[in-house]
Amino acid sequence: MAHESTYQPTSGFARWLDSRLPIPRLVHDQFVVFPAPRNLNYLWTFGAILSFLLVAQIATGIVLAMHYQPTTADAFNSIEKIMRDVNWGWLLRYAHAVGASMFFLAAYIHMFRGLYYGSYKAPREILWILGCLIFLLMIATAFMGYSLVWGQMSFWAVTVITNLFSSLDSVIPGFGTMLVQWIWGGFSVGEPTLNRLFSLHYLFPFIIAGVVVLHVWALHIPGSNNPTGVDVKTSSDTLSFHPYFTIKDGFAAVMFFILFAGLVFYAPNYLGHSDNYIPADPLVTPAHIVPEWYFLPFYAILRAIPDKLMGVIAMFASIAVLFVIPWLDTSRIRSVSYRPIFKWFFWLFIISCIALGYLGAQVAEGWYVFFSRVFTAYYFAFFLLVMPIVGLIEKPKRLPGSITESVLGPQASSAPVAKPPKDSSVDAMPGGAVAAAAAEGRA
Amino acid sequence: MRLLRRSLAILALCAFSAAALPSISHAAGEGPEIAAQEWSWAPPFGRFDRAQLQRGYKVYQRVCANCHSMNLLSYRNLGEPGGPQFSEAAVSALAAQAQITDGPDDTGKMFQRPGRPSDRFRAPYANAQAARAANGGALPPDLSVMAKARPKGPDYIYAMLTGYEDPPVDFKMSTGMHYNAAFPGHQIAMPNVLVDGVVEYTDGTEATVSNYSKDVTAFLMWAAEPHLEQRYQVGARIMIFLIVFAIVMYLTKKAVWSRVHRRDHAAKSET
Amino acid sequence: MASSDTSADPSLDHEENDPSRRDVMMIAAGAFAAIGGAAALWPLLDQMNPDASTLSLATIEVDLAPVEEGQAITVMWRGKPVFIRNRTAEEVEEARNVELSALPDPLARNMNLADTAPATDENRAALDKEPWLVMIGVCTHLGCIPQGQSVGAYKGEYGGWFCPCHGSSYDTAGRIRKGPAPENMYIPPYAFTSDTKIKIG
Repeated sequence: MAHESTYQPTSGFARWLDSRLPIPRLVHDQFVVFPAPRNLNYLWTFGAILSFLLVAQIATGIVLAMHYQPTTADAFNSIEKIMRDVNWGWLLRYAHAVGASMFFLAAYIHMFRGLYYGSYKAPREILWILGCLIFLLMIATAFMGYSLVWGQMSFWAVTVITNLFSSLDSVIPGFGTMLVQWIWGGFSVGEPTLNRLFSLHYLFPFIIAGVVVLHVWALHIPGSNNPTGVDVKTSSDTLSFHPYFTIKDGFAAVMFFILFAGLVFYAPNYLGHSDNYIPADPLVTPAHIVPEWYFLPFYAILRAIPDKLMGVIAMFASIAVLFVIPWLDTSRIRSVSYRPIFKWFFWLFIISCIALGYLGAQVAEGWYVFFSRVFTAYYFAFFLLVMPIVGLIEKPKRLPGSITESVLGPQASSAPVAKPPKDSSVDAMPGGAVAAAAAEGRA
Repeated sequence: MRLLRRSLAILALCAFSAAALPSISHAAGEGPEIAAQEWSWAPPFGRFDRAQLQRGYKVYQRVCANCHSMNLLSYRNLGEPGGPQFSEAAVSALAAQAQITDGPDDTGKMFQRPGRPSDRFRAPYANAQAARAANGGALPPDLSVMAKARPKGPDYIYAMLTGYEDPPVDFKMSTGMHYNAAFPGHQIAMPNVLVDGVVEYTDGTEATVSNYSKDVTAFLMWAAEPHLEQRYQVGARIMIFLIVFAIVMYLTKKAVWSRVHRRDHAAKSET
Repeated sequence: MASSDTSADPSLDHEENDPSRRDVMMIAAGAFAAIGGAAALWPLLDQMNPDASTLSLATIEVDLAPVEEGQAITVMWRGKPVFIRNRTAEEVEEARNVELSALPDPLARNMNLADTAPATDENRAALDKEPWLVMIGVCTHLGCIPQGQSVGAYKGEYGGWFCPCHGSSYDTAGRIRKGPAPENMYIPPYAFTSDTKIKIG
């Protein structure tokens, strides 16, 4: 939230630094006194958890790369050498592998939170789009990282997914094949492919880190959304980021790390697939190729469509549609808590995502195909039909007059609120309230 | 309160989807039902049974190693903590039993010498082609990570080793194949190699197929996961630290937020 | 919001109830975070130390039968050259006649002996086989490989080895005599397993 800096350099060095590279001022303004809505619940802690996870993945990844050999002959064995001979190698490797799953778990909670509370709505469209971009980069990074193990699942996942691009042959004859050979650097998945996957797997996390900086920047302009979806109006609606939210985020992060550590130390292969402990064999395809759990819903969408090209388009569209949600949702209010009709569609959407995840792990035949199609259809209908239509016809519940009122009840909050009371239909329009808050902020 | 309950519900749902899906995908794998065995290394406090690992190595070395390589293991691993923990002298002696190809020597020729602890386990065949040629076209897989490379790893290995039976009367066997109740498709190229008494046990354990299978499975589990004991031990310390840390964070969070809650309470009671 | 203080809501700063307990809790939480962070750092650093397979490759066997008097061979141990020289009687005599006080480094630097053993020729050479000198052929200055193993090589002023990088001269017992190197070349742990075979490491 744009507000006047309150940073006071306390030493000579701080003053010297402040006029040259005011990082302490930035930290103070953005992460110490930064006002955050006081009613943020624990679902708002996943941003901080994701930051920790990104740092952990980059740190373990850099040291794993010191031992990994990106050659088809040595990739699998070099990882086993890490597991067996390198000091703490088993811990670093398992933390990195389980960390990828934890990253997606936290990201999905973060995204569903944004979806539920309407955090993508004005003025946070760019914040949401940057988040979608991070998700896209995460998918690419995780996929490439999984391929580096060079086990059977790795190899055949690369083969199958890169072959998706050959579907473009039905649009421009020969183009798809050309593209796939360009990706492979040969006529099949091989040494050049593995080398470029390794190079890009090392690069992408740093791009993610860069987009995360933009994501946080875009967050700090309008400030955090909150469970009511009502804009911040007065200072009694907020608390300083430190210590209130640093400690809350910290507590949640430690709780999350208990889950993380539990998997790393006691069930490190639980989320993986046993076939990936068989070294890659270009002559034998595993009986049942499944991606990691976090890709299963998208894999189900891919397989739900009988046409090769259309399946690929549907899979990419299922992610692409996320980028335009801010303009698909016609609701005047943000939080699903106050949307009596949309609420049901939302939970049905959650159920269909989980169902698609389940179906993605099954053999694609019989009823599974039928249900994959049903839930795929709903996945798209939720964004393309439900969001625009329900937003127009639904009458939302009465919103609290302010964040303070939502915490304390209607009377108690009236004292500190300077503004004249407004009726709920005006409060329900985010635009006006934001303009007021922004004007206040630029004082 | 409502918000908290809702948050918890969402959390639970996400955790469920994360936890349930892979187990579902594992269950989707084809193949016969595999019975779960009780293993000494079950988390969170399990350990390997040293004597069992030593017996298991003996079974591997006398029986399995005739066809199966374990290229990721070295003789030195047999003496490392958390494993069979043979004495240093025993490891050297076990290594020296194998003839290892080394070289080239000063005249450019490869030569044979007794193994050293730093050598990899001697492989029965020079390469995959030789292995296939000697086994009727079937390649005996490397066993280094076998216990992690099959669904239900150790349970499957035990079930497979003890799963040789006469085929049902109406079952059509291909030539050179063997019927196995636990193997997917029931036709396995590997013959039944374990019979009671084929390997001598000196520690009083009964020399039965069931014990051989259990012991060699334990050995393969250790081979696939040589740092399992260290992982559990470090894990216990980390978990205790994190739980205490979480309690401290929770109390700190409560202390920090208490002034907000007290003020809210005062504001509420004023009205 | 323009008036944000240390907390966004200024009225919270004037709460009187038990700020000390809060501060103690914050310090405790911070301490736990610091301990956890430091502990997490250790595996990231320790992974760079030599791994188990590297440590286990520490022994080699060398057959000395073909090495005649006055000849030298170089073998590889732990990725470093080990110089093995079958010294002539004159070379041994020359090394024996050096006063310890004339040596820049008076210690034997022999891993088979105590750290304090003096740098006499007996302490440098093989046990009971004084013609044999086995040492790590790495200059103790900055790690170059000294010349002197091949027949025609310049052996420096003292007839042993000469480091071409910065001009350190070693004598026939591999002891530093002149130049910037601070220590004698190191004797690796080794032993004769038969009359003509040694095991290094």
